[in-house]
Amino acid sequence: MIIIIWAIQIILTPLVSPLCVGVINKIKARLQNRKGASIFQPYRDLWKLLHKDEIISRDASWIFRVAPLIVFSITLVIGTSIPFFTSFLTNTLTGDMLLIVYALAIGTFFLALGGLDVGSAFGGFGSSREMTLSALAEGGFIFSFLTVALINGTTNIFTIVNADIFVHGRYLLPTLLAFGGFLVVLLAETARFPFDNPATHLELTMIHEAMILEYSGKKLALMEWATFNKLFIFLALSVNLFFPIGLAHTAGIITISAGIIIFMIKIFLGVLFITLLESSMAKFRFFRLPDLLLISFILNAIAIGLIR
Amino acid sequence: MPISFFILLSLFFVGAIGSLLLRKDDSAANIWSSFFAIAGSLWGLLFSVAIIISEHTLVFVIDNAPLSLLSLSFNIDLLSAFFIFVISLIALFTSVYAIGYVRHYYQKYNIGDLGFFYNFFILGILLVLTASNGIFFLIGWEIMSVASFFGVIYDRNNQENIKAGFLYLVMTYIGTAFITVAFLLLYKFIGSFDFATIKSGVGLLPIGVKNIIFFAALIGFGFKAGIIPLHTWLPAAHPAAPSHISALMSGVMIKTGIFMMIRLFLDILQPIPIWWGVVVLIIGMTSSLLGVLYALTEHDIKRLLAYHSIENIGIILLGLGSALIFSSLGMPALVLLSLVAALFHTLNHAIFKSLLFLGAGSVINQMHTRNMEEYGGLIKYMPQTAFFFLIGSMAISALPPFNGFFSEWLTYQALFQGIAMLGSSIRWLFILAVSVLAFTGGLALACFVKAFGSIFLARPRSMEVAHAKESPRSMLIGMGALAMLSFLFGIFSSQTVSLLEKIGRSFDMLKKIPETILAPNNQSMMIKNGFASVSSLTFLLSLVVALIFVTVIINLIINRRQKIKIGATWNCGTDLTPRMEITSTGFARSIILIFKGILKPSIQHTIDYSDSESRYLPKTRTVSLGVGDVYKSYLYQPITTMITGLSLRVKNIQSGNTNIYVLYILIALLVSLFSIL
Repeated sequence: MIIIIWAIQIILTPLVSPLCVGVINKIKARLQNRKGASIFQPYRDLWKLLHKDEIISRDASWIFRVAPLIVFSITLVIGTSIPFFTSFLTNTLTGDMLLIVYALAIGTFFLALGGLDVGSAFGGFGSSREMTLSALAEGGFIFSFLTVALINGTTNIFTIVNADIFVHGRYLLPTLLAFGGFLVVLLAETARFPFDNPATHLELTMIHEAMILEYSGKKLALMEWATFNKLFIFLALSVNLFFPIGLAHTAGIITISAGIIIFMIKIFLGVLFITLLESSMAKFRFFRLPDLLLISFILNAIAIGLIR
Repeated sequence: MPISFFILLSLFFVGAIGSLLLRKDDSAANIWSSFFAIAGSLWGLLFSVAIIISEHTLVFVIDNAPLSLLSLSFNIDLLSAFFIFVISLIALFTSVYAIGYVRHYYQKYNIGDLGFFYNFFILGILLVLTASNGIFFLIGWEIMSVASFFGVIYDRNNQENIKAGFLYLVMTYIGTAFITVAFLLLYKFIGSFDFATIKSGVGLLPIGVKNIIFFAALIGFGFKAGIIPLHTWLPAAHPAAPSHISALMSGVMIKTGIFMMIRLFLDILQPIPIWWGVVVLIIGMTSSLLGVLYALTEHDIKRLLAYHSIENIGIILLGLGSALIFSSLGMPALVLLSLVAALFHTLNHAIFKSLLFLGAGSVINQMHTRNMEEYGGLIKYMPQTAFFFLIGSMAISALPPFNGFFSEWLTYQALFQGIAMLGSSIRWLFILAVSVLAFTGGLALACFVKAFGSIFLARPRSMEVAHAKESPRSMLIGMGALAMLSFLFGIFSSQTVSLLEKIGRSFDMLKKIPETILAPNNQSMMIKNGFASVSSLTFLLSLVVALIFVTVIINLIINRRQKIKIGATWNCGTDLTPRMEITSTGFARSIILIFKGILKPSIQHTIDYSDSESRYLPKTRTVSLGVGDVYKSYLYQPITTMITGLSLRVKNIQSGNTNIYVLYILIALLVSLFSIL
């Protein structure tokens, strides 16, 4: 049974993540009075890209070629390092929050190097902006993890979701503050509004798209898929770390199915939040973004100060 | 055992003297000095490992000392042995590297001299690590400093290097002066220069004097460690030296400052007031954050690496500072955790920083410039160097599964324990320290994307790149071995940590801790009571499995008949020139602007008009970007002005008038008469 649960856990990230993006795009289209593509469109896009021929710049080195593999594989590894729908699994080997933060940094590192490798102007400034934002997001990211870690007395994420934080009502405020801080980091790290516009190829504003501009075919598919995965991972972290409710506590078919369904509903709420945010606000000017990240950091610092 | 230590010293000594004797023949001198340095390092490795495993402290004195206060006494405990291990490990590979690297100095400078100073440099470090008498220690300290000074000015045809060397010498002597003050104060109140006697008599020190000694030692050793604001010599001197010497300076020499801080504050001067630890922690925070910010502003590859040394010294001090705080609060288990974090980061930084310096040396060797803006695309010309540099970059940015991650992880955990266990005001200090460490990590990652990207990726930005060739074999072996170590110490981090815990337990106050705080087993590193655990091997394995799985699925199953065309980079249809790429200055510009309150960037426009009357058509336009040297203008310049002003005042005594001098004599006579009466 445990093996089956782990198998579901491992394949869940790459399997469901395109659906999240499909749902976001669909709701967004409806809010803009468009019909919109099917929610399964991202799957079709990936399938199409995987079968296309590629064109690679003659300036590209092996970094450019291996970057998509590494960026994608890292998201798969992290997908096994965080709990999705169960609370009884343990992972003391790779389930540490600092490992997750720095493993995500590996992905960012190679993504940025891939952007620099072809020597186009777009890739260069995309990498520069991405590294600037991710460097500044690091403080809020680690701090929001640290808040829940201090509440639960462990930095292992699997152990954290096992505890029901609402039993201690006094930690509600720090949790909510840290959740707010984490949402800002989520938007920054997954290249959503107000940090980045995932739908644009306008050179003045793009960050993430600028870095993957030279990719095509299956490498582009992997890069896109990795972005979907990253979004899914961040959503899962935000709903499970701060609101560990509705997770399956025992290994039974019914509890597991209930766990998966509740988890999906929670993810859907997260997706809804992102979509409403994207439909209702504009992208920020680049040099205003550090203020936003600083706010996230300060929210978390207050949250940590409140724990006692 | 003392014999084996003297064999160690004499190997380097013979290497130095022999190299000087062979100074007529470049290649013989190079081989002689490298051979003895390698032999010495191997012997040093064996020697230190034997001491660590046997847990046997080696204390001995050479009797016939010429002066009564100076005794040639040695004390090699586990801490010394650990640092001997680090220096031997790094020196081994820098010496292998030197065989090939030094060749480009043939016919230009004297190789025999270089070998002499190189061996004496290592010898000096060994004496510093083992001396157990204040005066003897200072002699070793001088040998180390002077030998490295000659290393810095070795490339003496470049005027810049002479200036850097001079700055280094001045700063070193100011530091030594402070250290001497600390030792003299200890002598005045305890009556001995011997470390063991000082330690047993530390209770005799009045608390005020103890605090003065703390500041004197902190400043004195801080100069060597390169803490901000005493760091100004570091980014000047490290780039000037030949790369294998800068690797040793950055990887090992600056750690001797850390070594003495550990020895004095955590061992000899115990018990200590809590604010000592607070001061060290704050210094660690400023050094790490400012170090990485200044590194981002650099486009000189070796200056960039030098600033990262400051950053990493800061991270080590975060561990040490929390160890000191925990020791004042009587929490030995947490002292052990923080100390192990500091020691582990010392070892790791030595490995990846020397790797990066050696990589930088190989690149400079081919390109003849340290300016990263003139590199670009070197990965195609120097593939192996690029690969090793990539590993070094990942290790220093604390990316798992390389070693840098695991020591930063331990440092984080030590700080987390501080937040979880301590009272309100100190707790906020630890919260601040965690945030500094987090931002430092993120900025270091950005800095190494910039460094690796502008050195090795994209198209060449100067003609010189086309002539670049891969380095000779010995240099590649030196770098490759260090890259391998960086990987292995990451994979076997839990085993390394359990050895380091043993070293930590050799301290008096840590001997009695019953339970293991780190509880490492074979798979993972674990903090007590399950607060945190991490396994490098599992992470690596899952990453490798995922990589293989994805590669197989994508390439062999989904897409077997895919064609890959090679084309040009798309740049809106214009011709591709190197000027379209982002430069390293441009890459870091947005971060610099965000931190402009700290960094004080400057921008200067110079426009030359075709017609200066109308000023419509500019002929040339230059923009120069710079970062102001805050320390020079706000710290060192005022001090210089003050000293010069004071000297001018003092000069007034010497008026040249004979009558005044007679008056001086009279006053002196009266004063001495009264004092006798």
